[in-house]
Amino acid sequence: MTESFDVLIVGVGGQGTILASNILGTACLVAGVPVRGAETHGMAQRGGSVETHIRIGGVYGPLISPGTADLIISFDLLEALRYRHFLKPGGTIVTSDSVIVPTSAFTAGAEVPTEAEVMERLADVSCTAIDAAGLAIEAGTILAQNVVMLGAASHVLPLSVEALREAISRSVPPKTVETNIRAFELGREALNP
Amino acid sequence: MNTRYMLGNEVIAHACLEAEIDFASGYPGTPSSEVIDSLRHQKDRDFYVEWSVNEKVAFENALAAAWTGIRSLVTMKHVGLNVAADPLLTSAYTGVTGGFVILSADDPYAHSSQNEQDSRRYALFAKIPCLDPASIRDAHSMMKAAFTLSEKVGLPVLFRPTTRICHSKSDIEPGDVGTGHRTGEFVRNPQQYVVIPVHTRVLHKTLNEKQAPLAKMLVEGGFNSAEVRGKTAIISGGIAASYVEELIPEGVSFAKIGAYPIDAEWLKAFVDQHETVLVIEELSPVIEESVRMAATTTVVHGKMDGHLALEGELSPAAVAQAMVSAGYVPTKTYPVVEPEAGIPSRPPLLCAGCGHRAVFYAMKRVFKDGIFPSDIGCYTLGIQLGVVDTTICMGASITVGSGIAQSGETRPVVCTIGDSTFLHTGIQGLLNAVYNGANITVVILDNRITAMTGHQPNPNTGVTATGVASPPVSLEAICRSVGATWVETVSSYDLTGLLEALKTAKGRDGVKVIVARQPCVIAARREGIRRKPYVVDPEVCTGCGLCVKFGCPAIEFHDGKALITSLCSGCSVCADICPAGAIHKGGAK
Repeated sequence: MTESFDVLIVGVGGQGTILASNILGTACLVAGVPVRGAETHGMAQRGGSVETHIRIGGVYGPLISPGTADLIISFDLLEALRYRHFLKPGGTIVTSDSVIVPTSAFTAGAEVPTEAEVMERLADVSCTAIDAAGLAIEAGTILAQNVVMLGAASHVLPLSVEALREAISRSVPPKTVETNIRAFELGREALNP
Repeated sequence: MNTRYMLGNEVIAHACLEAEIDFASGYPGTPSSEVIDSLRHQKDRDFYVEWSVNEKVAFENALAAAWTGIRSLVTMKHVGLNVAADPLLTSAYTGVTGGFVILSADDPYAHSSQNEQDSRRYALFAKIPCLDPASIRDAHSMMKAAFTLSEKVGLPVLFRPTTRICHSKSDIEPGDVGTGHRTGEFVRNPQQYVVIPVHTRVLHKTLNEKQAPLAKMLVEGGFNSAEVRGKTAIISGGIAASYVEELIPEGVSFAKIGAYPIDAEWLKAFVDQHETVLVIEELSPVIEESVRMAATTTVVHGKMDGHLALEGELSPAAVAQAMVSAGYVPTKTYPVVEPEAGIPSRPPLLCAGCGHRAVFYAMKRVFKDGIFPSDIGCYTLGIQLGVVDTTICMGASITVGSGIAQSGETRPVVCTIGDSTFLHTGIQGLLNAVYNGANITVVILDNRITAMTGHQPNPNTGVTATGVASPPVSLEAICRSVGATWVETVSSYDLTGLLEALKTAKGRDGVKVIVARQPCVIAARREGIRRKPYVVDPEVCTGCGLCVKFGCPAIEFHDGKALITSLCSGCSVCADICPAGAIHKGGAK
């Protein structure tokens, strides 16, 4: 049996979780490591909560079971909390530090925990929150939050920085390579262990 | 080396290219849609591909193509196979000369579906072979083999991937795209293609005679394989077999079922060598039923004695749990963990600027006591706005509406149906409602495209699957031609016009049709249409919250005032809703 490094990428439909997973998958190709992934399409997307599974070194099925993920990369703080039960004991969460308030919370008037409250509920796990939006804007576009997050997570991923950079260059539109590499570096610097 | 990280459906499409496919048709449906989407976007495409108007139409087109000796594919989701079931059952009798593969993608856990039916049942029902991949790599090799198998046995082959094959990804090295193609030629043979009773009785006998050799062929071809390692065994198929391979302990035998029908003798020989067998599969206990029939003294565990659920999808953890429950020791165990409680849910939503939302809003205003049968599409999300009372299958909003209206129910009935769904199987329902004098309002939510499955074109879009211009059909003309005399067209962004049309419809008898038209906001953005976003003037906003209740994801509410975010696509409807006149066009875009 081979052990894989299991990564869950979570966020809100439209935030670019699939592109982020494509970058990780491509980095595995660059590094010559087998990989399996699973993602959300169709009705389940459309601004809803989305999850993408990536098993780096995986040779079996694509799904990660709760309680076994080595790393959760979250593009939204609320989603980090929603999926934290996927984390294995001793696993790591790298998350954006902001909450996108669900529209249903406005229409139904539901209580939404604040950023500080979410961080408190994540206090018992290794969790780092970074200003993904701010760094993405600094890199050149708010759309690069997903790549900022990969940069921050790169310290934990079993993939070389070179492989990740190469994967970004191959996966994003050619015109945006420079911006995305900058976003990756800013994310990487933001989380310096 | 040409290793790529590919989506399951892209791999399946690529396998078709390697198999030198000549003809492909389908109707979109998650999780199957990306197969035809990949084929239609193929560079230097040298084969025919179409999005058909429904699965029955797609099936019959592809079947006929295979009758002319060429390689043909039809794709759909599992519930689409119900629509195509009529030709499916008889296509097994006629058989084919060219390779004919029916892709029906199953959706365990109903991620994006109305039920969890199992396409393997259809293959067994129709007496045609079924290939069931356990991984993307299997899907790649099996899809190529499916065409050869179909030609060899002269039968349609059902290829059945599930969501976790279609929408998963893997590193894979695809083969070379083939360049050889065939030209169809129909050879007249009434005994085969005209299924009048005197012919069909013979064809049925021939079909039955094919079954036993076919089952043996699937073992010889390596689709079904078994390895004896001890006195206990696990038998699995589909994606579940991948989970089993990760967890199966040493000394436990393993049989992998990749194809149906299963050879009964072969299966019995395997089962007989074991004291206990555990069957692990998703959805129906199809393998398990065969194993139970084969077993004499062997103890069989599975869904039928409660070790696995009869519904939902499996996962490594669920497979490990079933193994423990049946007395096996998996190589890995999984912790029992609970999700955090008290987190506000984040369901999928109609997009900011989606025309459907305004129509639903207007319907709710005019028909306060209305009954709202709806249909399958993005607009099923209208359930969040309280205007979706029924959804059962494609095209069933108008039929359900007319059924309710003819039942003696006196409240007004307002049906909603998308353009693609109307063209799929809605027209017949409208024809029937008009013919039989139903008293209903039908609102066609016309966004000019098949949006939910990924923006596939339909006869209403003005373009074919391959990008060739095609005259967009007139929905109004279709409605009039089936007898509807009151047909009004309104922009979905024109709230005043919508309210007026709905009020007029409410005051009339018979079948009233409103075509609410506005291109899908995502498709429009891709076409380069940009509208200036709207802003809330906080000085004027009274904090009444009416705009928030509209449910647009671009509208937030902070410190007693509404706020429009960068998600705004400028549809302007909220400005019409605001009683204070606080919302106006502004900002740059």
